[in-house]
Amino acid sequence: MRIVVGRGSCGNAAGASDVFAAFVAAGFAPAITGCVGACYLEPIVDIYYDSGAKKRFVRVDEKGTDEIIKHLKGEENHVVDYTIGDNDAKILLEQKRVALVNCGVINPEDINEYIAKNGYEAIKAIVAGRTPEEVIEEVKVSGLAGRGGAGFPTWFKWNAARQNAADKKYIICNADEGDPGAFMDRAIIEGDPHAIIEGMMIAGFAIGSDEGIVYVRAEYPLAITRLEIALEQARSGGYLGKNLFGTDWSFDIRIKAGAGAFVCGEETALIASLEGERGMPRLKPPFPAQKGYKGKPSNINNVETLANVPWILRNGGCAFAAMGTENSKGTKVFALAGKINNGGLVEVPMGATLNDVIFGLGGGIKDGKAFKAVQMGGPSGGCIPAELGDTIIDYKSLAETGAIMGSGGMVVMDEHTCMVGLAKFFLEFTCKESCGKCTHCRIGTKRMLEILERITNGEGRDGDIELLEELSGAIKEGSLCALGQTAPNPVLTTLKYFRNEYIDHIKHKKCTAKSCRPLLTFSIKEDMCTGCNLCGKHCPVSGIKGDLWHVHSVENSSCIACGKCTHSCPFGAIVVE
Amino acid sequence: MDIDLKALDGVFAVAGRDEGALIAVLQGAQDLYGYLPMEVLERIADEMGLAVAKVLGVTTFYAQFRTKPVGKNLILLCQGTACHVNDSAMVEEVISEHLGIAEGDITDDGLFSYNNVACLGCCSLAPAMMIGDKVYGNLDREKIEKILDDIREVALCE
Ligand SMILES: Cc1cc2nc3c(=O)[nH]c(=O)nc-3n(C[C@H](O)[C@H](O)[C@H](O)COP(=O)(O)O)c2cc1C
Ligand code: FES
Repeated sequence: MRIVVGRGSCGNAAGASDVFAAFVAAGFAPAITGCVGACYLEPIVDIYYDSGAKKRFVRVDEKGTDEIIKHLKGEENHVVDYTIGDNDAKILLEQKRVALVNCGVINPEDINEYIAKNGYEAIKAIVAGRTPEEVIEEVKVSGLAGRGGAGFPTWFKWNAARQNAADKKYIICNADEGDPGAFMDRAIIEGDPHAIIEGMMIAGFAIGSDEGIVYVRAEYPLAITRLEIALEQARSGGYLGKNLFGTDWSFDIRIKAGAGAFVCGEETALIASLEGERGMPRLKPPFPAQKGYKGKPSNINNVETLANVPWILRNGGCAFAAMGTENSKGTKVFALAGKINNGGLVEVPMGATLNDVIFGLGGGIKDGKAFKAVQMGGPSGGCIPAELGDTIIDYKSLAETGAIMGSGGMVVMDEHTCMVGLAKFFLEFTCKESCGKCTHCRIGTKRMLEILERITNGEGRDGDIELLEELSGAIKEGSLCALGQTAPNPVLTTLKYFRNEYIDHIKHKKCTAKSCRPLLTFSIKEDMCTGCNLCGKHCPVSGIKGDLWHVHSVENSSCIACGKCTHSCPFGAIVVE
Repeated sequence: MDIDLKALDGVFAVAGRDEGALIAVLQGAQDLYGYLPMEVLERIADEMGLAVAKVLGVTTFYAQFRTKPVGKNLILLCQGTACHVNDSAMVEEVISEHLGIAEGDITDDGLFSYNNVACLGCCSLAPAMMIGDKVYGNLDREKIEKILDDIREVALCE
């Protein structure tokens, strides 16, 4: 019998570390696995019985751990309370797993478990009997496109790097995962690090490189640790190092921790950062495939792109191309978050609809609220309104809405999210993260942010919308890299689909989502107030007047709209407008 | 505070001294001192044969690097999209109220500081924060106050 505890960062945060420790304390030897994707069910414990049967327990808290331990000892127990529900089990089964195939299944800290899943077979077979050109052709047949955001055909980049003769070439894995609200890449590295190593080896063989570098985001300590362990095991297992598999091909990989700059996800900035410089993008061409890290031809791929590669080489490009739509092949992993019931990772074939993901796998909106919009592509992307929920997931269809596929972040919003506030949120982000090289990006985003701040403070003016549109155009045109070129997108898409909200803020000084504080007024419903004075006790500015057991009222001149009274009132007597 | 610049030798031994190593050196130095005081930056410039301006330029470019000291427990408060939508503003309010500090300040007992960061990658548990290497998710007022009080209690016992 084997006990397996899901221990990705998200599992640990939900309490998996304590669960693991409790099993150890009880004399068991639990194993670990990465994130299976069902973050909303964490902590998750799988039991593999000697009979071959398997049981999955979810939301395992302290009591749940006790019950499972009793169950394992054959004592009377209540594990049924923690057994995964049919619907949740179905959601996991319904997905088509390629990039996530091993995540939440194998122990990421044990190379043998990866090998048992046919790991490293693809690279061995390639080194033994295929040419780099054949590998590139297989990837071409698969139709794999970059999962880092731009969706550029992977084979094309590999081919370009192959064509450029040089004494040294580099394979760089982009694990900077800059989109705030996305965690696919983290989960893949934490859950299946050897797949990334093998993907990089295949890419390295294809372009003729002997060195790989993984650029990992600084906020992902566990991913770095797991990758370090995996690299060490791969080296001692003879999968990395000199003269691999009895040939003269050598390949090794090192890790470089990022230092917290969104723009470093852009490939030329990433290279500058690897070289120890400020991470400022430069003009392309020359492309990294021509002149990359240390001036040598370099190929940069996203984590998920690389995770697909071993699968493609094992199963053939055709099998990958059989999934998806005319212009987008294979599957895509999405990180579902925000106001969604089943937050976590899902992998679906291209061509599924947004509603399939949000309502099918995602279980719909939290607390039975109404679905308002979904944000895709992070600060470079846009908001897709609920009406367009039947849009299919492929590069072209998503781009037509004004949003983008992006790297896979899907932040779902309900009626309480203010779209002007959301646009402001993204502009705050891009304004802070602009590297400052291009005037339009550096100053333009600042001016846009000021306008959005004005609007959400209730000081919006006539002409502000037009000014935002004008600035958007100028920034798109005047910026060198995609950070600036796409920075206005969150504003443009919210203007396109939620223009009325802007007008409400500017003309009527109203925030219909009730989220912009300066536009809210608080009052107390006389017929519901009992005069208990709980609100008064919670008010930080003593802005609530009234004698005990008499109807209270809000003094609007001192109110700072913090909302503490609303939360404290047991009778729901406080009205926000 | 006296800064032991000798300790930097260990950082160079791991990261090396060529120009490409600058970020790794700064990361190592920050791990060592908790922040990057001017003396340390000058010493790094000296050792690596770089202009101080260059070292400072790189230091200030990246959000990870701090030129001011922080409390013993640095709270990284997520301001990513998912956390924003799930009211990370409340989290910041509770932390700053409970500890009586603003972003970047240190509590009087030297135990806490907090910084806003973009996404900890635990978006499905939003709102989230990270202290040390541990991520805390699904935060609400009570939970945040308890986490902070527990850390303070442990620290006071030590
Ligand atoms: C501002 C900016 C941030 C980016 N951040 C990332 C990132 O975090 N991860 C990533 O894989 N690609 C990111 N990209 C895209 C990369 O520049 C590049 O296209 C990608 O890593 C190529 O890999 P792929 O072809 O496998 O997608 C970013 C681009 C820009 C302009
Ligand atoms: S948005 Fe907060 S953890 Fe990702």
